[in-house]
Amino acid sequence: MYERITGEDPYRVPMRIYPAIHYTMGGLWVDYDLMSTIPGLFVLGEANFSDHGANRLGASALMQGLADGYFIAPTTLAGYLAGTPLPKVDVEAGEFNEAEQAVTARIERLLAVNGRRTARSFHRELGRLLWDKVGMARNEAGLREALGRVPALREEFWQNVSVPGRATDINQALEYAGRVADYLEFAELLARDALERRESCGGHFREEYQTPENEARRDDERFAHVAAWEYTGDGREPIRHVEPLTFEYVQPSQRSYK
Amino acid sequence: MKLTLLVWRQAGPGAPGKMVPYAVDDVSPDMSFLEVLDVINERLIARGEEPIVFDSDCREGICGMCGLVVNGVAHGPEHATTVCQLHMRHFRDGETITVEPWRARAFPPHKDLMVDRSALDRIIAAGGYVSVNVGGAPEANSLPVAREVAEAAMDSAACIGCGACVAACKNASAVLFVGAKIRHLALLPQGEPERARRAAAMVAQMDAEGFGNCSNEGECEAVCPKEIRMLNIAKLRSEYARALWRGGK
Repeated sequence: MYERITGEDPYRVPMRIYPAIHYTMGGLWVDYDLMSTIPGLFVLGEANFSDHGANRLGASALMQGLADGYFIAPTTLAGYLAGTPLPKVDVEAGEFNEAEQAVTARIERLLAVNGRRTARSFHRELGRLLWDKVGMARNEAGLREALGRVPALREEFWQNVSVPGRATDINQALEYAGRVADYLEFAELLARDALERRESCGGHFREEYQTPENEARRDDERFAHVAAWEYTGDGREPIRHVEPLTFEYVQPSQRSYK
Repeated sequence: MKLTLLVWRQAGPGAPGKMVPYAVDDVSPDMSFLEVLDVINERLIARGEEPIVFDSDCREGICGMCGLVVNGVAHGPEHATTVCQLHMRHFRDGETITVEPWRARAFPPHKDLMVDRSALDRIIAAGGYVSVNVGGAPEANSLPVAREVAEAAMDSAACIGCGACVAACKNASAVLFVGAKIRHLALLPQGEPERARRAAAMVAQMDAEGFGNCSNEGECEAVCPKEIRMLNIAKLRSEYARALWRGGK
């Protein structure tokens, strides 16, 4: 695969490798049954926050998908379905109309902007900003800068994005623009969460918090917890909830590669 | 690099299509083929035109979503390579490259280069799975699977279901795809209880979807990005005959 991408034979030319951030290392809050704060909405696999915390690598996603799907969901989901009255609902329900109108309005708004920049150019600018300021090594000044720049970029997106085509047939540009709009909201939360966590933990290295040998320095006194952010509506500050992590048998320690 | 892409544009399933030329004069040899389409699309959107619709997902050659006929060859000129892993260093500067969708009766067009491959999903849904609940993992030595058998099953399981075999076949046959799925499960103990029923049901669904029959040209094996071999077709034949013999339904 490497040779195919780079055109270089790694047996002859040294491989060019660099570290990169890996996913967002979080997900939707769920209870022990893997149900989210919306009754009946179960979140399985790496879409939920539960198993991996601040360490999430390639195969972790596979493991969590298998564990949730094999061992937990067959029991908890069946239990929920058996114990919950499920009256018949149809598309005439008020909630359905409300949701449909909200989605339609958002799509129409995206198509109506008719600006001069492509969604991809916003995506690239946002990606660059996160890479520089909310990357593997981050610090307070950089995070504050990102928190200032993301809302401005989001503002520009909704004023100046260009989405061609219509909403009535296959429109990949529209789909992509919708995703970038989501990224622009999520990026701010990501930076906010990183700013609050004043320690270096797992894959997140805060430059201010390191040992004299430049290893990550955790602060279990103040941060041995999961932080879950509650959405409070568009444009409102989310609320940070804390779920303590208690270790009974195996105590967290610092990994040493020496 | 300077390239001209002649791309199939078609507004929808019923609309007439045509080849439209797109000139790009700043292609890097390190770009993948889909990245060149991304660049063309960026410029089309900037001009307020509709971008070229095509399927892709992982862009690592493992998901099976992408698939284009490049210069008349499914997934393009590189052996055992999906079009997302095809890099522009394999083309000549100044070349004109034709880009078309998979064409087969069982793959009706959606738009531009995107076709509907759900016929393959329906073949899988007809029997390409194990529905027997086998419980927890048994002690490994109680059910030995020979290494050669495990390797052979894995070779068949490598199929990513992209549909290149169908696109390359003059009969638009899906036997390489279906054969790989049948052989994968027929070789393993988990697949044994439903072995006959599976082969009969998947072949019946394949025929119902309008795929053609096989005339042993081998075009499918030649373009397969995962090097699925024609012996999977032979295995499909023998498994189907076995199913008929046993009255598998």
